[in-house]
Amino acid sequence: MAVIPLERKTLSLAERTYVPQILSGLKTTFKRLLKPAETMEYPEQRPAIPPGYRGVPTLVRDPHGREKCVSCQLCEFVCPPKAIRITPGEVPEGSGREHVEKGPQAFDIDMLRCIYCGLCQEVCPEEAIFLQNQYSMTGYTREEMVNHKDRLYELGGTLPDAHFKWDKKKVAAEHGNAH
Amino acid sequence: MIAPTKPDLVTVNIDGKEIAVPKGTNVIEAARLVNVDVPHYCYHPKLTVVGNCRMCLIEMGLPAVDPATKAPVMDPATGKQKINWIPRPQIGCGTNVSPGLHVRTTSPMVKDAREGVMEFLLINHPLDCPICDQAGECKLQEQSTGYGRGYSRFVEQKNVKPKRTQLGPRVTLDDERCILCSRCIRFSKEVAKDDVLGFIDRGSYSTLTCYPGRQLENNYSLNTVDICPVGALTSTDFRFKMRVWFLKQTDSIDPESSTGANTVVWSREGVIYRITPRRNDAVNDTWMADSGRVLYKQVKADTRLTAIKVNGADSALDMAIHSAAELCKAGRVAIVGSGRSTVEEQFLTRKLAAALNAPVSLVSRVGQGDKLLISADRNPNVRGALVTGLIAALPAPRLAELGAAIDAGTVTTVVSLGEDLAAAGLTAAQLTKVSVVYLGTHANPTSAAAKIIVPTLTVFEKSGTFINQQFRIQKFLKAVPGPAGATDDLVVLAKLVTAAGTAIAASEVGPLWKLIAAEVPALGTMTFANLPDTGLLLDATPYAALPFAEGETLHYKPAARPAPATA
Repeated sequence: MAVIPLERKTLSLAERTYVPQILSGLKTTFKRLLKPAETMEYPEQRPAIPPGYRGVPTLVRDPHGREKCVSCQLCEFVCPPKAIRITPGEVPEGSGREHVEKGPQAFDIDMLRCIYCGLCQEVCPEEAIFLQNQYSMTGYTREEMVNHKDRLYELGGTLPDAHFKWDKKKVAAEHGNAH
Repeated sequence: MIAPTKPDLVTVNIDGKEIAVPKGTNVIEAARLVNVDVPHYCYHPKLTVVGNCRMCLIEMGLPAVDPATKAPVMDPATGKQKINWIPRPQIGCGTNVSPGLHVRTTSPMVKDAREGVMEFLLINHPLDCPICDQAGECKLQEQSTGYGRGYSRFVEQKNVKPKRTQLGPRVTLDDERCILCSRCIRFSKEVAKDDVLGFIDRGSYSTLTCYPGRQLENNYSLNTVDICPVGALTSTDFRFKMRVWFLKQTDSIDPESSTGANTVVWSREGVIYRITPRRNDAVNDTWMADSGRVLYKQVKADTRLTAIKVNGADSALDMAIHSAAELCKAGRVAIVGSGRSTVEEQFLTRKLAAALNAPVSLVSRVGQGDKLLISADRNPNVRGALVTGLIAALPAPRLAELGAAIDAGTVTTVVSLGEDLAAAGLTAAQLTKVSVVYLGTHANPTSAAAKIIVPTLTVFEKSGTFINQQFRIQKFLKAVPGPAGATDDLVVLAKLVTAAGTAIAASEVGPLWKLIAAEVPALGTMTFANLPDTGLLLDATPYAALPFAEGETLHYKPAARPAPATA
């Protein structure tokens, strides 16, 4: 192996005293002392989340408290890292929501796999899954990092609904064109 | 020998492509031959043509001839014979080809017609796709992307019809989704011969329903679900279980009778969700029996054997094989083969019998045939045992010979290949008199009495071949992996044969077929890989004299049986 010896540059007198370097550093320090802080004391202080931010995916309810997801499994299909796993189930008769027929029995999102791409939100035909402003996910075990259905609804809360599609369907079924 | 009659061929022109098709073919089938898709709902190749969905509208015309002289009228612009196009669209399913017929399937008029039909079909169709089980394999969904307008001009209220009607024990009906194609009605009437379905009411209020007091409960009811082009008829078993786009399709064979209906096993991540028929015009057309569709439940059954046992204690495979070989060497052995084993397993069973010099009996299962797709012989592969030489005569009922041999003390060890000897005719006392080596999938009285148990695989977890009642050899492929603890039947048999003194190198289907082809003359020209998907017909004449149990089924007529010899 070839070795190329390099000549070390000799330091000037000013450089050897270190004084100009210390002074120029102190200049920046004193300039910053008088200006407002650029950083934030996280976690006591938290940044404002801009609209459209893609945080942790969550499930939402409509203003009537209805579960919006019908477990069509399109998000599971589209999810690039296969983080979503849904077990579909039937809505039982007599629950008041049997006209929706289908709902998730289990809905798991593995946050160790999620890449926050937002395709699940984009593909959802029922507007049931949203990436909201929650950005901090931590845990001590792998199991803790899997958001189950209860946790997803807790994180998601309620969002306004422009359609109430299934309520309209129920009204139509009760007063519709039957003959 | 009479030469097969050649079908009269008719030359037609579809979208500018000339093709000769047999006389009597309709335009949809003719177009299929030149890879032109004519969308349709009500037309089904195995049912009568009714032409009520109007989706297959095409433009057609015939070469012009002068009415007086019958001379062809030439088009001066192209120099070819002029085509008289019919000014209105015609249905493709109800139009049979005629000589010189010209068809356009991509003209603006055809596109307009299809878009119009789609818009009317979608007027009362609910926007159910997210919860509809048909989504992903729905013809209406597919044609909507091609010919739908993407939004609805219909501002009135949609009709309300019953949802979640139980038509029978296995079929659920959502009437709102029904597009009134009447395929299910025609199937029940023409194929299942159980005319229970029909439309009531008129116009857009027409509703599919069962005849009062009747149910859609025949053993072929789930075929109506398969042929339903939309999600109106759904299988109660598969309802809301899994979306079809996740499921892997594996070609398989229905093992419940010697008909050997071709099937597709739909699985995801090692779990089977449903079984549907696969088209084979020589065996089962596009149908299969409901009873064959629930067989996947045996894969995850509670009684599934998953531990190798020797004298009741857990063991390893080589230990169990060693103990079994010791048992076989110590006493006189009899082998109970199975008509449910594959051809490959039966071949190895014959090798085992030869190595041990043991007599082989087969369990006979004879039930009632339904003249359609369930034959009287409920073993899928008795023919395989005959062809591989495992047995020379048809199995006798109730294992009478073996029972007598056990009573006489001339048999001390019985090797059972997945057969429940108690159910097959041996008494509990006879079972206790012998040492049983049981290679099987599920717990039963025989496995309880067995000295050595080696769990093996079900038909969905291995590849192999069956020979059906027509002597058609058909292959099936592994759909899901077997459970932990179960070993492939071929591996166990190959090890047993080797332990008995005859070395067998192959324990996989591919290499094993080289041995089979070398030793079984009837299968000499085949390999597993080159068996066609629709099976291969073997020569049945050497077995013509055997009194098989079957009566007539969909594509099988029993050969005229020679009169029984009188004493």
